[in-house]
Parts: sequence; structure tokens; C-alpha cells
Amino acid sequence: MSGNAISIDGVAVAFEPGQTIMQAAEAAGVYIPHLCHHPEFAPHGSCKLCTVKVNGRNGASCTVGAQPGMVVENNTAELNDGRRALTQMLFVEGNHFCPFCERSGNCQLQAVAYFLNMTSPHFEHFYPPREVDASHPEVLLDRNRCILCELCVRASREVDGKNVFGIAGRGIQARLVVNSHSGRLGDTGLAATDKAVQVCPVGAIIRKGTAFRVPVGKRLYDQAPISEVGTHVTGQGHGKT
Amino acid sequence: MIQTCSAVDNPDSVLKPILARHGANPTRLVQILREVQERAGHVSDDAVTALAAALGIPRVRVEGVASFYSFFRRESHGAYEILLSDNITDHMQGKKELMQYLCEKLWIEPGKVSEDGLVSVWNTSDTGICDQGPAALVNGYAVPALSRNRIDLMVELMRAKKSLADWPPMLFEVRDNIRKPGVLLGQPFEPGSALETVIARGASATLKEMERSKLRGRGGAGFPTAVKWASCSRAAGKTRYVVCNADEGEPGTFKDRVLLTSYADLVFEGMTVCARVIGAAKGLVYLRGEYRYLLERLEAALEARRRANLLGSNILGEKGFDFDIEIHLGAGAYICGEESALIESLEGKRGQPRNRPPYPDTHGYLGEPTAVDNVETFACSALIAKHGGDWFAGIGTAESSGTKLLSVSGDVKRPGIYEYPFGVTVREVLRDCGAASPQAVQISGPSGSCISWKEFDRRIAFEDLPTAGAFMVFSRERDMFEVARNFSHFFAHESCGFCTPCRVGTTLLRKTMDKIHAGHGSAYDMDEMRHLSRILKTMSHCGLGHTAANPVVDTMAKFPDAYERKLKELAFEPSFDLDGALDTARRITGRDDPWAHIGEEP
Repeated sequence: MSGNAISIDGVAVAFEPGQTIMQAAEAAGVYIPHLCHHPEFAPHGSCKLCTVKVNGRNGASCTVGAQPGMVVENNTAELNDGRRALTQMLFVEGNHFCPFCERSGNCQLQAVAYFLNMTSPHFEHFYPPREVDASHPEVLLDRNRCILCELCVRASREVDGKNVFGIAGRGIQARLVVNSHSGRLGDTGLAATDKAVQVCPVGAIIRKGTAFRVPVGKRLYDQAPISEVGTHVTGQGHGKT
Repeated sequence: MIQTCSAVDNPDSVLKPILARHGANPTRLVQILREVQERAGHVSDDAVTALAAALGIPRVRVEGVASFYSFFRRESHGAYEILLSDNITDHMQGKKELMQYLCEKLWIEPGKVSEDGLVSVWNTSDTGICDQGPAALVNGYAVPALSRNRIDLMVELMRAKKSLADWPPMLFEVRDNIRKPGVLLGQPFEPGSALETVIARGASATLKEMERSKLRGRGGAGFPTAVKWASCSRAAGKTRYVVCNADEGEPGTFKDRVLLTSYADLVFEGMTVCARVIGAAKGLVYLRGEYRYLLERLEAALEARRRANLLGSNILGEKGFDFDIEIHLGAGAYICGEESALIESLEGKRGQPRNRPPYPDTHGYLGEPTAVDNVETFACSALIAKHGGDWFAGIGTAESSGTKLLSVSGDVKRPGIYEYPFGVTVREVLRDCGAASPQAVQISGPSGSCISWKEFDRRIAFEDLPTAGAFMVFSRERDMFEVARNFSHFFAHESCGFCTPCRVGTTLLRKTMDKIHAGHGSAYDMDEMRHLSRILKTMSHCGLGHTAANPVVDTMAKFPDAYERKLKELAFEPSFDLDGALDTARRITGRDDPWAHIGEEP
């Protein structure tokens, strides 16, 4: 292979200098499963779903820079097994009940689980007690569904300039917190139009009053798998960005 | 100095002097929180809000940091907070029984504050005093060698509400226990003698000597020190930093504690040598919170060096040789031993490892080129600067030059610090320390490797058994399953929570080990743990996750009997524990008799 190209599962993919493997793949329409990555934000690398094999070694494709001649394995049984286990981990560490979640059908966690042929949570459920915060007039925060991707944290800081969200606690106790003395979302400067409200890949941050505007069955991932329609649903999600 | 924590009503009077001392600089947040905690006993909601306002940073950031480190309390934990070191070596020295004794004497439940607000008792990760355990931290200050007698005395002092400053000093006396000194520990060192040689020789010639010495990092990874320093000195930056990693958090390791207690000048001199080589003007020591009791004497050692012109401006009269050292204290987070997490912590943030590359040698503290090295690495560097690289390279093996300090603990007659040239066999060490009937040694702590009696002829060296220094010995009577279970709890507690595999995987591993311990394990769970260990090893963000399953994997392979005798015959046993579900009811009714259990014959 020559010039600025890498190989992903044997297919040559061109890249611009400075791009990560994930960015190169996205530009070429190659799907690498991911949850914490978003093209408008700096690489984060926490969910690890986008782990690929680069020249024989595992790395998160959203943080590894593309280099000429890199040989990347992506859609392999071994990697998808690991990704499925990570997805199952995300399911059992929180409280995810798809049948009555407002985000069902537009939820990336659910869609990735379908893509990876996840048929059960496999691990024992943790059933952690997590707080729901309905104090904001227009936005609901349901921590049961939070997967700690920090997209809202980054969006609020970098785009909205508000720092409404942050992560507190350590390890399995890590949790999403909001920027007010009371700890309530209603006492922060969050507006329903904030980017932070739009980037949540799951049903943790929901705009009130809009949840069922699009009926279940007609939502993004009801139409086609995430590998085809992409991940960057805005707000309640109506297409690819 | 040593104070009893007391509730302080007016947060302003607490915060103002602390903020003033730190220039209201948000990169000093961990230090500020530590001082608030020390002064007020905990970091209240009001304090978090006030600090955010004074530092000009979002409240969520203060909250995020205050809740990340184990030693920061958001609520009062009593005038006296006693934390018992929970390493396996503490358990082997009777920690569990002593904790029960202490709690019964105080009429309290572990983890809860006594009703009069006087005292709480709980666990903490290994405190680095394994050779004289069980150890505890009382309001952050180390108390080694707990015994019923010492506990009786402590309880008496607490009931009399004596300030820690008035407790007998012998309670806090931590011994060096140097059993076998070598070139590092065995010869007197004249402060400044290495620097004189460096000044005479020049920076680039000193780097050459470092190269010739073939010194490799003593924190365990074994990266060539000279390569790191050279890259750091070449990297573009406004300024450069020297950082000493004194976060010695690996259970079973305590050699840096001894170096900092009795060889601080050697360490500081090594940092100053590094500063000369890479052109740094500022050094930082990241001292683990458990070693809080060393802070004042280390500050005094720095002050003495300043007076002797071994720190400060124009060191030893050399124009432009300016360097000073500052000590930062950690606050209970093993992950901060990882160099990029350590740097985040130095910058006043949560101790989460960064995405790498770039590495600290080019983008470290405040984004500037930074040489991060272990305490022992700096001590070696001072000796290399003084005696030359060839002298050092002549000790040890081809790929591992010099000596290694081993922290020996567990089932041995003479626990303590042993210094050997690299290449020593495990068997020789076991003989020297008086291990009567060893079946296993945990080399380099839980993140290292567990070796069985069949492997005692292996050598301590980067080419065979690399180590950061821990050497925990287990005799034949010990249950190696329980050793691994203790370590699985450690990793689950210390995972930073950033990446999915480590955050969830370490907890799943802990739960599975607990399930087997409770007698509900099956062959299925063994397969599950193998599966989990693969995920942790191949998908985690940093070394903590990569190595978190090592103790389980090693003991499963080398001590299968320890597992098999705990397993049920069944191929599968559900995780739901019927008897465990009654636990709350038992606690409410204060019962623990056979009739209060399911599945036991009364």
C-alpha cells in the first residue's frame, strides 16, 4: 500500500494526515462500532467498543492516529465477541429496560447490541440504585440509562460553554453529576436547545414532551441497522448527520 | 501538626488561608482539598461550592475531584477516622480479628460513624507497611503493628478525646527494617557529591554516563532512563519538569517509603541530576497520601538542601543551574501510580490516565516535557552521576544493570527491605528472609505475577521476572484462592471507572470470586473468569485493567486445587444467593444463628 492509506479488513482506506482510524473509516463509510465517539468532539476513548487490531495489537480506533500502511482488523469474530461483552457490561451495570424506554429505536446502545447479535445480558445484573432527576422543566435526566460516555459533559463544556455536566465518583461508583449546589438539573443553566441535550446516545438525557412524537417502529434503527444509518442522531433522532 | 479533626462551623475561616496559600490556583485543587479535609474533617457541599467560586472553575469539576480520591470525605467520618489496611499481608497478620476487636470495643459497626460522632472504622487499600502490619491510618497518619494492646491504648486515647499530637509517638513509629543493604542502601552519601561531579562533567556527558549505566526504570516497566531523559531534553517546550513518582500504591511494596524516610537526599539529588540533564527548573514529588506522616520531614530535608545551595538558584555556585522541588500529596488512588494519571492529579484533576501517545516526555505536566521516574530510579541516578555509568553497569545482569530493592513481606521470619544485584533467584531471597515452607511468591504485587514453588529458581531481572519491588511470600498453609480474591477486591476498588472493560470487568471479577468463596461457584464461573480476563487484558485503557486479572489467571493455572475444592459439582450455579438475600433481615433482627440461614442444618 502506498501514500496516505490504511487497510481495514483488507480494503484500502485513504486518510488525511492527522486523522484517527475512526475518522478515516467514517469518511470511507466503513462502520466501526462505537458509543463515546462523536465526529464533532475530540477523541475520548472510554467505551472501548471501537477497539480494533492495529498491526496485530489492540487499540481504540477513535484515539489511534492513522499511519501509512497500517493494517487494521475491524469486523472480525474475535473483536465483535469482545465488543459484545463490553455492550453487555454496559447493560448490566445500569438499568436498561428497552421496552419502556423513550429512546428505544433511537438508542445507540440498543442498536449496537442488535448489530453485535447480543441476545442476552449474559452477566449478572447489578441493579444499581440510580437517581432520576425531573427537576428541569424541559429535560429529564435518568441516570439509570447513563453509560458514562461523557458526550454531554464535552458538549456542555465545549459547545454550550456551560459545564452543566461532570463525572463524580470512581470505578463502578462513577456517576453523572450536574453543576448546581443542590445537585438538581433544574438549578443549572441547562437549556433544552443545548448541544448537551442532543448528543446523548442513550435515553439518559431526554427532552420532555417529545419522547413519542415518532412512534416506536418508525424510528431510526427500526428502519435499518446502525452499521448502515450511522450513529449521530440529534435530539430524538431523525437521521444521519 | 497532627490534629484531631473537628467540625468547623465557618467554612470561610477554613478555606481562606488555604486558598491564599495556594494562590487560588485550580491546578492545586487536590492539595487544597486535602488541606480542607485535614482541617475540617471532611469536604462539605458548602466547601465544594465555595471552592469552585474562589478557583473560578465549575462546581462539577471540584465535585468530580473531591469524589474521586478515597481519602476525601463528603460527610464527617467522626473526630477519629480509623482505616485499616486491607492487603492480604495485613489479613495474614490478623487484620480481620483486630478490626472486629476494635469495633466491639468501640461499639460500632464497620463503615459507620459512632452515634456520638466520635469515631469510625473502615478499610483502606494497602498502606505500604506490609512488613509491620496490620497497619492503620488514624486521621491519615500511619499506625503500624496493630495488636490488642495497641488497640486498647488507642481506644483509651480516643475516649479521652486526646488530640493525635498528644498520642504517644511510639504508636506512629514505622521502622525501616533494612535487612540486606547493597550499593544503594549500604554506603554513606554526602549530599551534593553527585552534583559536584555533574557540574564538572557537564549535562551531556552526564547523559552519556546514564546511557552507559543501562539504568532501567524501577517502577516495574523497565524503560531505559537515559532514553526518557534524552527525549525529554530534546522535546520542544516553554519549560521542563522533573516528576518523582512516590505513589508506591502497589500492594506489597514499601521500599520507596524507606528510601524517602532515610535516603531522601539521595532521591532529591537524583532529581536534581535529572534537572541538570534535561534542563528543568522545577521538580515535583508525588507522595502517596498514605505517607502523609513523611511530609514534614521531607520538607525539612528540602529546606536543608536549599540552605546548602543544593536547591534554589545557581546551585553550588553554577550560574544558571536553578532548580527547586515541591511535594504534592496524593489522596488515596492507586491509579495515580500510572504516570499520566499522576500528572492529571498533579494538575488538580481526577486521576484518570490520558490517551497516549503523546507521552509525558514530550507532553507531561501542564503539557510541557516531563521526566517521570520512580523514587528508586532517582536514587540510582544520583549514584550513577557520582560513580559513573560503567560502575553501575558492572552490577547485575546483561539486560538489568544495578541492584533492586525488594520489599519482602508475608510468611517470612525477617520481613523488610533486601537489596540484591539483579539476577538473584527467588530461592536465594526466600532463604535470606527465612521463609519456612513457601508455596508461592507474588512478585511485583497483584499487577505482577504469582509464581509457585516449582519456579523458585527463576531470577529477579527484566529478562525473567521484572518487578517494581513487591515480594509477598505465602506458606503452604495459605489458601491461594483467598489471596487472589483479596487482589480482585483491590482492583475493583481502585479502577478509575473511565473505560468500560475495567470499570465493569473488575467488579464482575470480584463478584465471581465472592460467589466462589461463598460456595456457589461452578466450572462455568471458571470459564467466565477466563473470558473476563481476556477482555480486561486486551480492551482496557491502561495498565490497571490490563493486569487486573493477573492474580486470578495465575492462581487458576498454578493452584487449581485452591479453586476446585470450593466449586460445586454442578456445571452452573445461579448468581442469586438465597441466603445472602436474608442478610439485611438478619442485620435488622441482630440474628446470625443457624435458624436465620437457609441451607444450613441447624
